[in-house]
Amino acid sequence: MLVQQLINGLTLGSVYALIALGYTMVYGIIELINFAHGEIYMLGAYMGIITFGLLTTLHLTFPTSGAALLIMMVMAMLFCGACGITIERLAYRPLRGASRLAPLISALGVSIFLQNFVMLAQGPRDKGFPHLFAGEGIDLFGSRISAIQMFIMATSVLMMAALQLLVHRTKIGKAMRATAQDMQMASLVGIDVDRVISATFLIGSALAGVAGIMVGMYYGLINFFIGYIAGIKAFTAAVLGGIGNIPGAMLGGLLLGLIEALGAGYISSEYKDVFAFAILVLVLIFRPSGLLGKDISRRV
Amino acid sequence: MLRLDDVHAHYGMIHALRGVSLEVKKGQIVCLIGANGAGKSSTLMAVSGLLRPNAGRIVFEGDDLAEVPSHAIVERGISQVPEGRRIFSKLTVLENLEMGAYTRTGEDSIRQDLDWVFGLFPILAERRFQMGGTLSGGEQQMLAIGRALMARPRLLLMDEPSLGLAPKFVETIFEVIRQINTRGTAILLVEQNAHMALSIASRGYVMEAGRIVLEDDATSLMVNKDVQKAYLGG
Ligand SMILES: Nc1ncnc2c1ncn2[C@@H]1O[C@H](COP(=O)(O)OP(=O)(O)OP(=O)(O)O)[C@@H](O)[C@H]1O
Ligand SMILES: [Mg+2]
Repeated sequence: MLVQQLINGLTLGSVYALIALGYTMVYGIIELINFAHGEIYMLGAYMGIITFGLLTTLHLTFPTSGAALLIMMVMAMLFCGACGITIERLAYRPLRGASRLAPLISALGVSIFLQNFVMLAQGPRDKGFPHLFAGEGIDLFGSRISAIQMFIMATSVLMMAALQLLVHRTKIGKAMRATAQDMQMASLVGIDVDRVISATFLIGSALAGVAGIMVGMYYGLINFFIGYIAGIKAFTAAVLGGIGNIPGAMLGGLLLGLIEALGAGYISSEYKDVFAFAILVLVLIFRPSGLLGKDISRRV
Repeated sequence: MLRLDDVHAHYGMIHALRGVSLEVKKGQIVCLIGANGAGKSSTLMAVSGLLRPNAGRIVFEGDDLAEVPSHAIVERGISQVPEGRRIFSKLTVLENLEMGAYTRTGEDSIRQDLDWVFGLFPILAERRFQMGGTLSGGEQQMLAIGRALMARPRLLLMDEPSLGLAPKFVETIFEVIRQINTRGTAILLVEQNAHMALSIASRGYVMEAGRIVLEDDATSLMVNKDVQKAYLGG
């Protein structure tokens, strides 16, 4: 039972971590809590279904469903990345330099718009997500870790490792860190700050898109509202780890997943969502800088 | 090379620059002195494109910089050692220097300049894998200068590079400024240490309340009664 809960917790947690990365990277650079980020994740899930539908209507057959899944993930990443860049351009960039509140309200507006747009375009009902995994999974200490769970954890770890490499080893990654620390100074060394911000939205949104596909596969059903709860949970994970801190978002996501799974298993599964909010409130009261964050009061 | 023509600029309601005109010729060291709040840093920020003038012109090598984004101004050959150093504290020393060369391509020439900077400031070579934030104040100043040099500027803007440094460090910094200049780099130097600054500059400007109130050859400014009284301690 404990091992099973841990497995479930790590699975969900790695998805929270992927979404939390987008919150934390954007906050790290422009100090905006991008409330529309959960909706990007929801768009990723829908893009998965749409791509699968296209592949089917085109009668494209693949030797394995893995190939179809790969195409779905790539499409979701591209589409969500493009959405992220567009949203920043249209809804946040014109408000840069305005009060801190204006872009927050704009983000809420984008979030509401996207939810309603998808509800009208795709319908308000749950949609079934294609079954792409027939794998058995393996037994582990008397518990079962399914093929989907393994896939989700492996993909998340891979994505996070790739992100770490990008941020620490590449020129654009270093420019992102420099911009997050001192945006004016970044332009003084010749960094095109607008491009760095676009890249940040692109990467964060692409990760959320992948998360959308994975959760769609995991639960088998999606609807236009899934971004709301997932968004709040991922935001909680980002705050728990220390908003603005990339390893913090990974840690926060995994911890939140574990806490939820253990809470659901040992206390009550009906209170599952309550744990996330309780943690959010507790962290904000007792340690607003999060587990790995530095003194946040200086920045706010 | 650089000319400011009656430049006015604001921070919101604050009228920080009220008609600044000055000129830096190729290969010159020009110094800009003035009391706190006179607008010296604002002048440099205007040249770097981070404070946009609402009147007047800033012309670099024949081109008006009004529409040039600040990152592209670096590409054109102007880099800055800003007031307060502003090194990237969570990047390593080496990464800070790499960011200085952000606009450049050509691994070889970047490596050459890196070696040159390490030659000027050997302590930076020793500390290259350390986080910028762990350096001492003097070392951070060296890093800020090294970072600006990595852009291989033709015009270097320096904002109070000697501020808060021990006399020994001040000597080093001024010696390095001289060396950078002998390489052909023009320098616009803002300094509190007016004596040192005027001694290495060929021309000087005195700023007060957003205006240039005096300009002359550095040697003449050194013996100017008003300048002596206000900035050279009598
Ligand atoms: N970011 C800012 N926002 C608002 N006002 C500013 C800002 N920066 C400078 N000022 C104001 O503009 C005027 C000129 O400031 P500036 O920093 O250019 O002076 P300075 O000559 O560099 O002074 P110091 O010797 O103290 O560095 C001052 O009145 C200052 O208060
Ligand atoms: Mg100043």
